[in-house]
Amino acid sequence: MSNTQIFHDSESDRAHKAGWLTKRVVIYGILILWTVICLFPIYWTLTTSFKLAPDVMKGNMIPWVDYTPQWRGWKSLGLSPDTIGMESTVREEFLKRFWNSTVSALCSSALAVILGSMVAYGLSRFSYRFGLMRNPDISFFFLSQLILPPVVLALPFLVLYKELALLDTRIGLILLYTLTVLPIVIWIMRDQFQAIPVELEEAALVDGLSVWGAFLTIIVPIALPGLVAAFILSLVLTWNEYFFAALLTSTDAKTLPVMVASQTGSQGINWWSMAALSWAAILPLIVIGIVLERYIIKGMASGAVK
Amino acid sequence: MSSDGDLLHVVTLDNITARRLRFGNLLKWGGLAFMIACFAFLGLSEAGAFPLEFETWRLGLFGYLVWATSLCVAQVVLRGEQGKRTLFILPGVLFVVAMVVFPLLFSLGIAFSDWNLASPDGRQFNGLDNVRQMWGDPFYWNALKNMVYYTLAIIVEYAIAFGLALILASEIRARKFFRVAFLMPLMLSPVAVSWMIGKSMLEVRFGPLARLARSLGWDSPSFFGSPEIARLTIMIMDAWTFIPFMMIMILAGLQAIPKEVQEAAKVDGAGPWRNFWEVTFPLMLPVSITAILIRIIFKLKLADIIINVTSGGPGGATDSVTSFIFREYRDRSNVGYGTLLAIVYLILIVVAITIFMKLVDRWMNPRYLK
Repeated sequence: MSNTQIFHDSESDRAHKAGWLTKRVVIYGILILWTVICLFPIYWTLTTSFKLAPDVMKGNMIPWVDYTPQWRGWKSLGLSPDTIGMESTVREEFLKRFWNSTVSALCSSALAVILGSMVAYGLSRFSYRFGLMRNPDISFFFLSQLILPPVVLALPFLVLYKELALLDTRIGLILLYTLTVLPIVIWIMRDQFQAIPVELEEAALVDGLSVWGAFLTIIVPIALPGLVAAFILSLVLTWNEYFFAALLTSTDAKTLPVMVASQTGSQGINWWSMAALSWAAILPLIVIGIVLERYIIKGMASGAVK
Repeated sequence: MSSDGDLLHVVTLDNITARRLRFGNLLKWGGLAFMIACFAFLGLSEAGAFPLEFETWRLGLFGYLVWATSLCVAQVVLRGEQGKRTLFILPGVLFVVAMVVFPLLFSLGIAFSDWNLASPDGRQFNGLDNVRQMWGDPFYWNALKNMVYYTLAIIVEYAIAFGLALILASEIRARKFFRVAFLMPLMLSPVAVSWMIGKSMLEVRFGPLARLARSLGWDSPSFFGSPEIARLTIMIMDAWTFIPFMMIMILAGLQAIPKEVQEAAKVDGAGPWRNFWEVTFPLMLPVSITAILIRIIFKLKLADIIINVTSGGPGGATDSVTSFIFREYRDRSNVGYGTLLAIVYLILIVVAITIFMKLVDRWMNPRYLK
């Protein structure tokens, strides 16, 4: 029995393998590089919130190796282990803003999903005529809201809300946020509903359901993943909204982004507390992004592929 | 309203009695009358016809709500099954009319007036003064010019997003992890991003990126010093947030391309390069156009990062139109001029996007044969 190998890969095959290997290395190199680009700011902010001033100045990066983590930043927010039981005005303030953001994001997304899915369903199933406007025109009427930059509405709304005593209220914000995400919801849901065969409703109607009954009991459950996708996407957009909140709220209804922005002076920043605050502000979305990633992708992809 | 062309045909026997018809009409016109009465009441009291003065305009809001509700109910009462269909889109239409159409008309009124919210005089109609002021306002034109630069940056963003999507669509391990990681920037609030990156990581003395720049041989890194670099920094930060968005749309498009097409091209002897340019890329054109269009729309709203990082500086070099109007209002609390600028911006956007879509249409569906 000889150990000599009889069959050899030919020269070209081995070259192919080497080529394949370099290609893999390049691909994973790019992937890892971009992952670092995407995640490093989040990591940096998290670690900074545990640093003291000298650590920030020295640019230490790795906790426990370069520096010992301290609760300093979270203490100033009243969220560190030793301050969590105590009274803290900063924490009160933070929780109030957090709650404002949560309420306005949830309510406006829910409202937009309800109104938007009704519109999208109507447009995908029936033909309407309002005066000169037919279905394509009505669709355009809704979707064209996307083009409208918020700044066009901002100042008129400032005046209107002032006169309506809606300035600095959550309801005012909720209404505006609903408006900004409504076209996106309609965009996503129209595709979803068009993908559902009409025969389903026809069967339901034959069985004696009304149009609305069929919509609520048959169609909505089928389109639920799409609805969730639209809801999550609206949630992300409304939670992060800054422009309207900065203009229209001052004390009561101020949202989290406005609070973060108002703490950013250029001189004498408390790096650790700003980092803690920013991180607390983005944490809910990081969680949503990790847990509900496939819904977000579904929502964004639905408009792209017909 | 005709029912022909409905996807979902419903045949119902609606026998609507005369009484029901009367009731429906009463609702419809009663609601309208109520709303008109509310507005008239407000108008008159504003003009001082009554001794009692309303503090707010809420009465008008209630009038509109009552009218909207009664109109919706009347649809069903008057037209039965057909009315129930209208009910699907009527609330949405009424909502958008109240929130967009009315404020837009209102803003036309504001745009031609001098209205300082802080001063007690209230609104002063000043004709075309705002237009004249806009014409001679170098900062506004500068902001518009910046918007052109910012929009052009989308081409680079698109190229990067396409490259990443191609890699994600190819056969790799841990695809889900990379997808989540790549999606992250999109989830973060621009305000937090502007602090995390703009203020903290780009800090000239000890930010990690400044250190990196120094170690790469840039002696005194300054990311917001000169106009060009400041603009570039803003572009990069905005791109960082929004590349995932385009990437995911393109990825969805890539995954929808049937494998057979690419295999067929391979069998026909096309290398990867030609396969991409002559098969994948043309097939991706519709998705690409959609992604770019939506990206342009989002780009035109760009403001949060600029307001928080540079507030337009240095010397207005990074101003977008939105951030400029925001500061204009913050500094002078004059809503009239800002509104005019916003309306001009809107008109420019509508014109530009219409031209863009027409060009795309012409390019995608060439009419060689007339």
